[in-house]
Amino acid sequence: MTTQLTPVLTKNWGTDNSWTLAAYQKQGGYTAIKKAFAMTPEAVVGEVKESGLRGRGGAGFPTGMKWSFVPQDNPNPKYLVVNGDESEPGTCKDIPLLMASPHTLLEGVIISSYAINAHMAFIYIRGEVVHPIRRMRQAVEEAYAAGLLGKNICGSGFDLDVIVQSGAGAYICGEETALLNSLEGLRGQPRLRPPFPAVAGLYQCPTVVNNVESIASVPSIIDNGAAWFASMGTEKSQGFTIYSLSGHVQRPGQYEAAFGITMRELLEMAGGIREGHELKFFTPGGSSTPLLTADHLDTVMDFESLAAVGTMLGTKAMQVFDETVSVVRTTLRWVEFYAHESCGKCTPCREGTYWLVQLLTRLEAGEGRKGDVDKLLALVDLIDSKSFCPLLGGAVACVSSAVEHFRKEFEVGYHTPAWEYLPYDRSALFPVAEEVDS
Amino acid sequence: MSEVPMAEMVTVTIDGAQATVPKGTLAIRAAEAAGVHVPRFCDHPLLDPVGACRQCLVEITDAGNGRGFPTPQPACTTQVADGMVLGTQVTSASAKKAQADIMELILLNHPLDCPVCDKGGECPLQNQAMVSGRAEQRFDGEKNTFAKPVALSELIVLDRERCVLCTRCTRFSDQISGDPMIQLTERGSHQQVSIAPDKPYDSYFSGNVVQLCPVGALTSADYRFSGRPFDLTTTRTTCENCACGCSLNVDARSGKVVRRKAAHEAEVNEAWACDKGRYGFRSSCSGQRITAPMVRQGDKKTGTLVEVSWGEAIEAAANALRESGASTGFLISGRATLESSYGFSKFARTVVGTNSVDFRSRPSADEETQFLASCVAGETNPVTYAELESAKKVILVGCEPESESPIVFLRLRKAVRKYGLKVETLSAIYSWGSHKLGAQFVPVKPCDLPTAIGNLKLAKGTVVLAGETLAQIPGALSALVEKVTSSPARLAWIPRRAGEIGALKAGCLPGLLPGGYPTTDSQGLSDYWKSDLSAISSRATNPSTMVVSGVEVEDFISSSTMIKNLTEAFVICFDTHLSTVAKSADVVFPVAPLEETDGTFFNWEHRERSLSQVVTPTTTSLTDIRILSELADVLGKPLGFRTSAGAKESWEGIPAYGGPTPAAPQVKPLKASKLAKNQAIVSTWRELLDDSHCLDGADQLKATARPILARVSPATAKAAGLIEGAPVRVSGAHGALSFAWELEPTMVESVIWLPTNAPGLALSSIGAHLGSVVSLDNELVEKGGKK
Repeated sequence: MTTQLTPVLTKNWGTDNSWTLAAYQKQGGYTAIKKAFAMTPEAVVGEVKESGLRGRGGAGFPTGMKWSFVPQDNPNPKYLVVNGDESEPGTCKDIPLLMASPHTLLEGVIISSYAINAHMAFIYIRGEVVHPIRRMRQAVEEAYAAGLLGKNICGSGFDLDVIVQSGAGAYICGEETALLNSLEGLRGQPRLRPPFPAVAGLYQCPTVVNNVESIASVPSIIDNGAAWFASMGTEKSQGFTIYSLSGHVQRPGQYEAAFGITMRELLEMAGGIREGHELKFFTPGGSSTPLLTADHLDTVMDFESLAAVGTMLGTKAMQVFDETVSVVRTTLRWVEFYAHESCGKCTPCREGTYWLVQLLTRLEAGEGRKGDVDKLLALVDLIDSKSFCPLLGGAVACVSSAVEHFRKEFEVGYHTPAWEYLPYDRSALFPVAEEVDS
Repeated sequence: MSEVPMAEMVTVTIDGAQATVPKGTLAIRAAEAAGVHVPRFCDHPLLDPVGACRQCLVEITDAGNGRGFPTPQPACTTQVADGMVLGTQVTSASAKKAQADIMELILLNHPLDCPVCDKGGECPLQNQAMVSGRAEQRFDGEKNTFAKPVALSELIVLDRERCVLCTRCTRFSDQISGDPMIQLTERGSHQQVSIAPDKPYDSYFSGNVVQLCPVGALTSADYRFSGRPFDLTTTRTTCENCACGCSLNVDARSGKVVRRKAAHEAEVNEAWACDKGRYGFRSSCSGQRITAPMVRQGDKKTGTLVEVSWGEAIEAAANALRESGASTGFLISGRATLESSYGFSKFARTVVGTNSVDFRSRPSADEETQFLASCVAGETNPVTYAELESAKKVILVGCEPESESPIVFLRLRKAVRKYGLKVETLSAIYSWGSHKLGAQFVPVKPCDLPTAIGNLKLAKGTVVLAGETLAQIPGALSALVEKVTSSPARLAWIPRRAGEIGALKAGCLPGLLPGGYPTTDSQGLSDYWKSDLSAISSRATNPSTMVVSGVEVEDFISSSTMIKNLTEAFVICFDTHLSTVAKSADVVFPVAPLEETDGTFFNWEHRERSLSQVVTPTTTSLTDIRILSELADVLGKPLGFRTSAGAKESWEGIPAYGGPTPAAPQVKPLKASKLAKNQAIVSTWRELLDDSHCLDGADQLKATARPILARVSPATAKAAGLIEGAPVRVSGAHGALSFAWELEPTMVESVIWLPTNAPGLALSSIGAHLGSVVSLDNELVEKGGKK
């Protein structure tokens, strides 16, 4: 177990003009592609499999295994799609990576495309984040100019074109099949599976969809070997990852560390909770993962250990809230997000989030009716596991875990507005003029 | 037919009962096979599964691999596997609870306005809520509201509050009809079905979405608020508006038809109907229905039609027929039933003694007469819808299925989409329908069709669909028969009208008797009818008396010539309403409309389709068979039947014709005439929604017709000096018409496409038809720029 920072992906973030090709190459960038081109595509897949790299987008599916699902005997073109539609409340690792070192991702894209025999790759980035999109496009242009993209990359005989596509403002398009629909110019709603994207994805062709961080991790694996990567982390969660700490911590930001680190250690690195306050609750991996409390500070932040305590590693986005925060208010804000982002395709999500918002709104306003908390739980049970895609699971997770840990606070909503029970200005990190939305 | 490999079968256990179904079957279908109806909204067997409403959740305790699913799964998207064990709401408490949960959510934002909703009483939501829902709803918040209703077109109206967003309508328009003009917009609880601004849902198939809608969200402007399900009497019958032969359920209220819906008929129309079939039923109760027999008093030019008794009218008609004898001509509507056609056919032969009888109240030719007698009338192994579905290739020749036979179009589209059918079209214009079939376009000038047909490559598995407009191109049908008979391909002739195949079988053709007997070999029929037919093989060229039934003058190549003919002869008219023919007739008989009669159609597949009496006949009209039998009695040669059933029985008794098949036509194509710069050849077909009399009274439906636009290629427009924005004046043999027009880059040069019978712009009024030459110029603009 290591408790030290392990900067690999974040290593060059502090250097001058880190996003340029020159700076990246000065740091030793684009050496991994040469190593990869010297290997067979199958060997590259094997190396990534062996490293134990698991998807960093939330589900933690083994990346190498996903690649090996691509039917190479399928006569259609193969595609690599990088999922950069980072939109979940709290999640903020891919966008800094795209800003600071787009070439790390691009090198990963080249190697990954080579491994799965794709000659066209798409980087789909959340539409609201204009700067990273520009950075990524700039990086792609630089790479073309330097012969790192296009025909016969570095004399390897391998051709690759990369398209950077901006999303149109829908959280659901981070779900891989909805992303593919959006990329094809269709309505951003998830597709029926099977067929899975590996068999019939973009334009019904074999497609690998990977998270930005997953693909960005590939060059380091090829550079340093699978054994180096697998030497870090825990038994089933190998390697390093970026933990994003936000909220009531002294130094919010990105902390890259090997799996196995605990929340207590991460909090220490971030300088602890803000002065004079104590931890109330936190999300282990974005708003879609059931929240945890101070009781779970020593839980190891890897896939298995968090599953064991009934939550998920998700996107490793720890939103930290101190004792001044109203959990009712927080939950409502999250649920409002899910209701707003529900694509509307399936009944439980469309109607369930609509109802959740109404129930929580009156609890926040102190206008809850007796029995509303039980009704809230009944509603969670009503919609749980019935939706078409996992979006609704996120909404259910934050509500049920919040009630589980802080039921009393919800019951306060029968008579007292949350803003009176826990005045909102106390939890503000910066002076705010007026709370406009309560 | 291509060989279909035996599907691998799997056995699943549903609610404890076993069902064996083909591998890949959806659990919801397997449950149906096991006799269990799992409640559903989005699922429809003819639409791609979507899994949106989640109403059909079932418990899967064993997925076939020994493991079950921890939570209920949607039956509409789960494919069964061998050994799968699942429980529906019948046996599984978890499935039952899950379904009740979903129903509670479905009703969350539903206005529950059943008492004022058209769907109330026949609503899947209402029914399933009663079966699967809870008695109490726990939601006590504010419901989502929308402005309503919203018109998606002049015909289709949307209530967004009632909508459960099952997307049956948007999937139908996208997947089945290929008119994705309605789409989901917005998201979450704001999600709704929408059209693009100023782009109404003017599809030829839009009415299907009203029928598909499992709630009262989509209604038709034509029917809404005009009846309750429990007030309606439903009769299953066949659509009379084209030769597709769709089964319909017709709803009548207080003796008046108020609505028609597609009936499920897997082999024919599946579950669909076109809008003309669905909404084009008001002609019999609109306009001037004839309520009494009429006889012209005074001379032909100045006399007026005066209502008389049945006896007087029959006497007047009988006198005329007695006088004209063999010099009588019969022109029968192609919309008549087999029985009516047979009545006229037998009456002409045995009572009047003439072979001058024809059902083609439309442009026709002797070449077609020969073609029909030789290749269609005696058909014993006709092409079917199923064959279209399994064909490798379908070639359209003079055939525009989207407009002329819409259900054939849907079946072709299904085969293209699902089974890899390739469609090829020989036409001067790449139509919207061809576009939707992804058809390969073989650009041909109408006059060059015979040559293009001769150049076709016809392999096994190819079906050629020939439309009735081919009759207008000399040599086309001859070339077609020659080409197809020397190849392994199959041929189907698709008429537009519902009664044409039946009329052929009834012998309503100059050279052809009922049962396929040629007039030159009629002994078998003479014996059966006990009437010598050998003496009457001639055909009256200028009949002195004409018996005309259900015919519109616009249906012919030249309406003016037709009117002239009618003014020269003594005309006995059988009709439901005061048509142009009736107005110039000498004797007019009020005939019962189809909805008041029983009868038989044969659709283009030669499939027998039965027509049922939908409403109680009025007392003011009689069936044409009854009138004919009265006339025959007066003329002293009884017809032998007085009812539709009697006519059918007589027809069925005809002994089979065993003689040689009449020879196929061998007509040489015309030499192409040299065109002047401002001349063009007419390419045309009848749009589904045009000035047809059967659309009378269906005003909302007519409002969804396509814009009336002539189309020419840029080169042709330039050659003729057409000015963009100014209407084109099209001059034919008998006059000129002005059309708005647009450029169609894919069009063959020196051709102008025109709709055959647009309101007020019937090509017959200028004597133009498919293949005829017209001159083009700009509509005259007066000085000062005013038209």
